[in-house]
Amino acid sequence: MAVPILKQGDYLIATIQSAMTDSEAEQLRDDLMERIGRYRSRGIIVDITALDVMDSFAARSLRNIAHMTLLRGADTVVVGMQPEVAFAMVQLGLTFEDVHTALDLEEGLAFLDARTGR
Amino acid sequence: MGTSSEPAARAGADVASTTSGGDSTLLPELVAHLRERRTQLREEWARRITEAGLLTAMTSDEVFNEATSVYDNYVEALETGSVEALEEYARSLSERIIPRGVETYEVLGIVLLLRDVLARSLFEKYQHDFELLLRVLDAYEPAANRIALTVAVGFVEERERVIRQQQEAIRDLSTPVLQVRERLVILPIIGALDSQRARQLTEQLLRSIRTNRAKVVVIDITGVPEIDSTVANHLVQTVDASRLMGANVIITGLSAEIALTLVTLGVDLSKVNAVGDLQGGIEEAERLLGYEVIRSQPADQR
Repeated sequence: MAVPILKQGDYLIATIQSAMTDSEAEQLRDDLMERIGRYRSRGIIVDITALDVMDSFAARSLRNIAHMTLLRGADTVVVGMQPEVAFAMVQLGLTFEDVHTALDLEEGLAFLDARTGR
Repeated sequence: MGTSSEPAARAGADVASTTSGGDSTLLPELVAHLRERRTQLREEWARRITEAGLLTAMTSDEVFNEATSVYDNYVEALETGSVEALEEYARSLSERIIPRGVETYEVLGIVLLLRDVLARSLFEKYQHDFELLLRVLDAYEPAANRIALTVAVGFVEERERVIRQQQEAIRDLSTPVLQVRERLVILPIIGALDSQRARQLTEQLLRSIRTNRAKVVVIDITGVPEIDSTVANHLVQTVDASRLMGANVIITGLSAEIALTLVTLGVDLSKVNAVGDLQGGIEEAERLLGYEVIRSQPADQR
């Protein structure tokens, strides 16, 4: 199932509904990169509240998205990570060093507002 | 424990039944003998317990009363071949004597003493007929060993149950996550951390980040006497996992000893935000959250 991407003002909001296959993760990356150019977005929020597992490929894809977004002049923030997912990720050594995170969508929006100076 | 002891106990039962199958009259005769000599043997046993310096935590009256109950249960178990009643008794006995500081070696010691006392009396009774004595012992020994095993295992199991219960109680008591301001929680850790407790603590913290919508977490480890590399790495993981959920972690109260340990172990603490004491940590957290605490009046004018 493709990940829906909503445009909300200057931001794009991608809500991941279920565990992504590798090709879905690549599809999400390409979609986001295409839209960031089309809408001249300044921030991306990836909401993973619904995910209760995250494999290393999905984690790497999210990190790649964050890095690519940065190169295109926007910020990415990953929101809504479940406690179990967070714990499993650090145990696998996936600490998302350089990816911004926030508790939920609301916090993510507040973070981007602060970053973009609103 | 329970599973490993059962085959042994059952094996004992098999031996008992095969031997007594050949000498089905011997065991009842033996039981009758033990009943008849009850008073004398019981006293002999209590005397030897005192002599051996066992059960010093109990008065001699108590020792004698317990000895009577154990003796009767013992003979009954020999008679019926069923250790269920004895198991029950061993459990309740353990419950009573563990809080008084009775040690495992004492319990094992008294049961083995009883076995010896009874065996001696059998030697005495059957000394004229060596063949018969051997057959009596064939019937007696497996049953006696099985009883000793049952009592000892019962005691150890009860002890382990108490230890487990206490560990759980300590764990539940010692990991509160407290909200002190909106979006700020503190986690004061008291007592030694092992990796199991550290893991439980992490899980509890991550859950409460979600329920309290925490943005800053202050972990205070003033009450932790020492730390090893596993636990230190676990703390680092806790910091990382909290960040993944969008919360900042401040660690406070790192003692000089713990700081030295961490540096010596080479734990990577570059990502950890450490502040000297809990007060400083809360002040730093308030700063991060944009709170400003102002005293309404200078304290000396109150």
